[in-house]
Order: sequence, then structure tokens, then C-alpha cells
Amino acid sequence: MKILVCISHVPDTTSKINFVEGDTQFDTQGVQYIINPNDEFGLTRAMWFKEKNGASVDVINVGGPETEATLRKALAIGADNAIRVNTPAKEAIQVAKEIVSVIQQNQYDLIIAGRESIDYNGGMVPGMIAALTGMNYLNNCIGLEIDANLATAIREMDGGKETVTAPLPLVIGAQKGLVEESDLRIPNMRGIMMARKKPLTVMEPQEMSEQVTSVSFEKPAPKGDVKLIDPENIDELIALLHNEAKVI
Amino acid sequence: MEFKLSEEHLAVREAAKDFAETRLLEGVIERDNNRVHPTEQVKEMGALGFMGIMTSPQYGGSGMDTLSYALAIEEIAKIDASAAVIMSAHNSLCLWAIEAYGTEEQKHKYLSPLAKGLALGCFCLSEPEAGSDATMQRTTAIDKGDHYLLNGVKNWITNGGQSEYQLVIAQTDPEKKHRGINALIIEKNWQGVTIGPKEDKLGIRSSDTHAINYTDVKVPKANRLGADGFGFKLAMQILEGGRIGIAAQALGIAAGAYERSVAYAQERKAFGKPIAEHQAIAFKLADMAVDIEAARMLVYRAAFLKDQKQDYGYASAMAKLKASEVAMKHTIEAVQIHGGNGYVKEYHVERMMRDAKITQIYEGTSEIHKIILARNILKGELALPL
Repeated sequence: MKILVCISHVPDTTSKINFVEGDTQFDTQGVQYIINPNDEFGLTRAMWFKEKNGASVDVINVGGPETEATLRKALAIGADNAIRVNTPAKEAIQVAKEIVSVIQQNQYDLIIAGRESIDYNGGMVPGMIAALTGMNYLNNCIGLEIDANLATAIREMDGGKETVTAPLPLVIGAQKGLVEESDLRIPNMRGIMMARKKPLTVMEPQEMSEQVTSVSFEKPAPKGDVKLIDPENIDELIALLHNEAKVI
Repeated sequence: MEFKLSEEHLAVREAAKDFAETRLLEGVIERDNNRVHPTEQVKEMGALGFMGIMTSPQYGGSGMDTLSYALAIEEIAKIDASAAVIMSAHNSLCLWAIEAYGTEEQKHKYLSPLAKGLALGCFCLSEPEAGSDATMQRTTAIDKGDHYLLNGVKNWITNGGQSEYQLVIAQTDPEKKHRGINALIIEKNWQGVTIGPKEDKLGIRSSDTHAINYTDVKVPKANRLGADGFGFKLAMQILEGGRIGIAAQALGIAAGAYERSVAYAQERKAFGKPIAEHQAIAFKLADMAVDIEAARMLVYRAAFLKDQKQDYGYASAMAKLKASEVAMKHTIEAVQIHGGNGYVKEYHVERMMRDAKITQIYEGTSEIHKIILARNILKGELALPL
């Protein structure tokens, strides 16, 4: 089985988010980058298939040279090959088309992508990959088993779970639950050393014109101070909930 | 001059940080309280390659450089200084010596399980009456032809209770003084080896410190490390490298206390604003940052010089002296910044303050390091700056 895991290079969850150039660009100053957590759940499940079933695991990222450290981490965790499409990731359709072009040159049985990246939260890339390749697509997966050519996935739904089956090839939208946080792997030292020698192929992008352009970003308004109300003064509490918070 | 860590160094640091935060933080207070050795965590450190981080892959190690080692120890010590010293003593006091001077047979038999993290190692130099004055070895290893007969007591042995293999320094020929000292590899379960009770220490309480008694222990000649009489020189070389690990541990303790202090000072309010906005606290943070960064530069430089195979003795002495003084000074400040909360265990900094003290004592006290440095200065042998 040949697996491709799509890896987004995203700011660490503890990063301070700021925008520059008139709120049109994300301020990368001092930001640490990580593997997108939803992708990491997928990568960890892929490692499980590698160890149990001898699957081979490639990882791909669409981005500039600065994303290679993130791909090397995936290699250190155990991926076999890394591919970087050398162009900044600007919009979902562009990223999806670049990934599809790599998929078409390789026979992958399973494509795993986080259901969304934690930076721009588009949530479109895995669906677009499925549409462009004609593969089956299961999103919000919190469980995945593969028996011969048939995948059985558990999907998270509002207030419940759905178990579905689909033949390979297949695109999976990964999220927490596909593996647990405690299953995530810390690369071992040997893995870090070996990652240096594993292939990281840089591919040139296709010619594409930008369709969707970010115009500006805005941060949520800062939270106000906590108001402490005397437990005896229920009337004030109700008045505030009604007039200020507008929840009752 | 490029002040930049390589991609691999950053990856090692991140892995160590992840490990410390996800595996060591939980239970660190209880382990300290109850003197519980982090056995499971040390096993995981073995699986991650930390327990043979500098050993060649040929013997099951990770084959990384000294700077990687220092970065990993620093991150681990930010959370758990006991785990950091377990790793430091194992790697630089035991494994390094066997790899540098062991025979192929010794490396296969001892280094390989040690580097894979399947066994723990320790270094037995100190004695009840031979601490800083390490030439005064009373432990004897009498040459009996095909073996040595080992008798004596070793004190304050880090990893002493858990180690399968012990590297023991003992006097074979007292007439030759320090040139009559040997280094021997001892197995814990050999007849005549008795582990004393666990020490009840001020700090690094979950590291495992014991006295070890040797009574008529028969040590095969094949277990001597290096040539006859090489033991003292070997011990001094071991300590030269070991200081980098302890310096990195001290740096980690200081940096961990600093990071907690910065966060606390921004959260805790007094007189209507975060205490970080009161100059008395803000200045403490600034002093901490400068001292810790200075210590960090010394530690990384000592590791860098060792990796470059340059003379690093003075650099590791400077790094250990500075980092341990900084750790002590600023963990006290960290407790002060935390105020009443700093004095209770939940906030970690009181443990860091207790842990910091040992870094000024073991693997050469601050005073011994000043002697080493002063001798080098007066002999005109202090190397030029980079």
C-alpha cells in the first residue's frame, strides 16, 4: 500500500498572531512552525500502517524552502520520502492542483490530509483532491482500518459516529481521534539523523493564476475584563446578561 | 561567526522539549517528593536515543554531536533536572569513556546495551574521603595476576542503584600515586558489590544516588579500561566532558525557572497591574535573561569546541562554573518573583532552586573550577577567544 500524507506547515498553536502591511500579511516574525496537528494525526496513523502492513509513506507540502524543516520532521518520525512543490501556498485550489499533479505521477492507494489546517482553516484541500482525482472521500475521520482493498472508517458526526466503508483509492480527512494525542510520536535521535539522508524531492509548480486573493485580516476584539457580581445581587446579574451579554 | 543552530540541532531541541513537556512534566513534583526514580521515562529516553546520544551508531547509539547532547539536556532540565542528570552521568561519565578507551569486546558487551538504553551506567570516583581531592583514592584494586581484587567504598554515585554497569576508579599501586590508579568496569550483580541505601537529598531527589561498597570483588583484567595506571588521567578526561552535561543541566534549570517567572510575572497582578510592569520585577527578568544567555553561549561554545576536537577543558570549566552560579542565583530570584506561590511545590520553582544547588557541587565544585581556570591563566595557557 502506498500512502501520501499532505503536510501543512503552520504556526505553533501558542504563537502570537499579528498582521502586517495594512493587515494584509501574516507576521511571521518570531513564529515557530509545526506540522499541522490534523495532518500529524494522519501521519501517525500512516506510520501505524507502515509498521503493521509494510505500507510506504510519502509526505508532501506545497511551500517555499522554509517548510523543509517541517517535512524533515515527518521524515524523522518515519515517512520514507518527502516532496516539496516549490511555490508559496496561496489558496486551496492551487495547493490541491499541485498535490494532484504529484498523485497522478504516482500510484497512491490512500491520500491522508488533515481536515483543515490550523492557520487559515480553509478545510477544502482534501475535498478538492478527491474531486480532481475522482477518488472516494471520507472527511472527519476518527478511525481507519484497511483490509485488502476496502477501508472502514469511523466519521465524527454532530452528537455521534458513523461507520462507513469505501474501496481504495481513497482520500481521508484526518482529525483528532484518528489517533489520540498521546499516540503522536516524538522523532527519535536516529530518526533525525536518518531524515537527513532520506529523499526530499523539490518539484517545480505548475503555471497557475491566482483565483482567490486575501484582502485583509482582522483579529477578534480583545476580551473585556471579567465582571464580578455579588452573589446576593441576582438582579444585576440578570440585567447584565440581558442588556450587555444579550444571552437572555 | 554564525550564531545559528542547524536544522538537526533544532530538531533535537524540539524533540527533547516535546518529550520533557509530554512525558516528564506529569508527576515531576511527586517523584521529587517521594524520591521516585523516573524508570519508565528513562526507558523512553532510551527508545528516543537520548541514552546513547553521542555514541556511534555502530554500538547502538545515535551518533550525534556534543551540542545536540547539550541542547537535549537543557530542554529536559527545564522540566526535570533529575532526569537530566541521569542522562548526563550515563552518557558522559560512563558511555563516553568506554567508547573512547574500551576494547572492541568491552564495547560490544557493555557499551552497546548502555547506548541502546537497555542498561544504565554510572561512574564511581568520589569516596567518603576523596571528593574534590580525587587523587586520595582509598578503594584498592590489587593486581592478582589474572584479575584485580577490588575493595572500598564509593560515595554519592548518581544512577548508583539502577546501574547495571559501573565504571570504578581504584588504586592499584599506591607507590605510583595517581599513576597507579585504574578504571574498571564492574557489573552490579557480581559477588561483593553491595549498593548502599538511597541518599535523601536536598535536590535532584528523583535521581538515584547511593554509596556502593566493594568487598573482595574479583574483576577480570579484561575489564580494565585503558592501559595500566591510566585511571586517574581517564577520570580527569571524563570530568572535562562531563562538565558540559552538568553545565547544560544548570542552564536548563535556570532557563526553566526563568520561563516560569516570565509567564507568572505577566499573569500575577499586584497594585492593579501585572507584577512584570513593576520595575522591581521587570529588572529581575532582565538580569535573568542576560545571565542565562551568557551561560548559554559558554555552554554551546564548550560543546562546539569539543565537537571541533579542539582543547575544550577551560571552556567547559567556564561553562560549568557560570551556568551553575547562574542557576543558583536565578532560581532564588524565580522563587522571589513567585512570592508566596514560589514557596509551595505546585509552582515548581522551589524544586528548581533546590535542584540548582548541586550543580555548584558535583563534577567539580565551583571552587575547583576556579582553581582549574586560575592555573591555566597563570601558566599562560588559557586559550585565546574564538
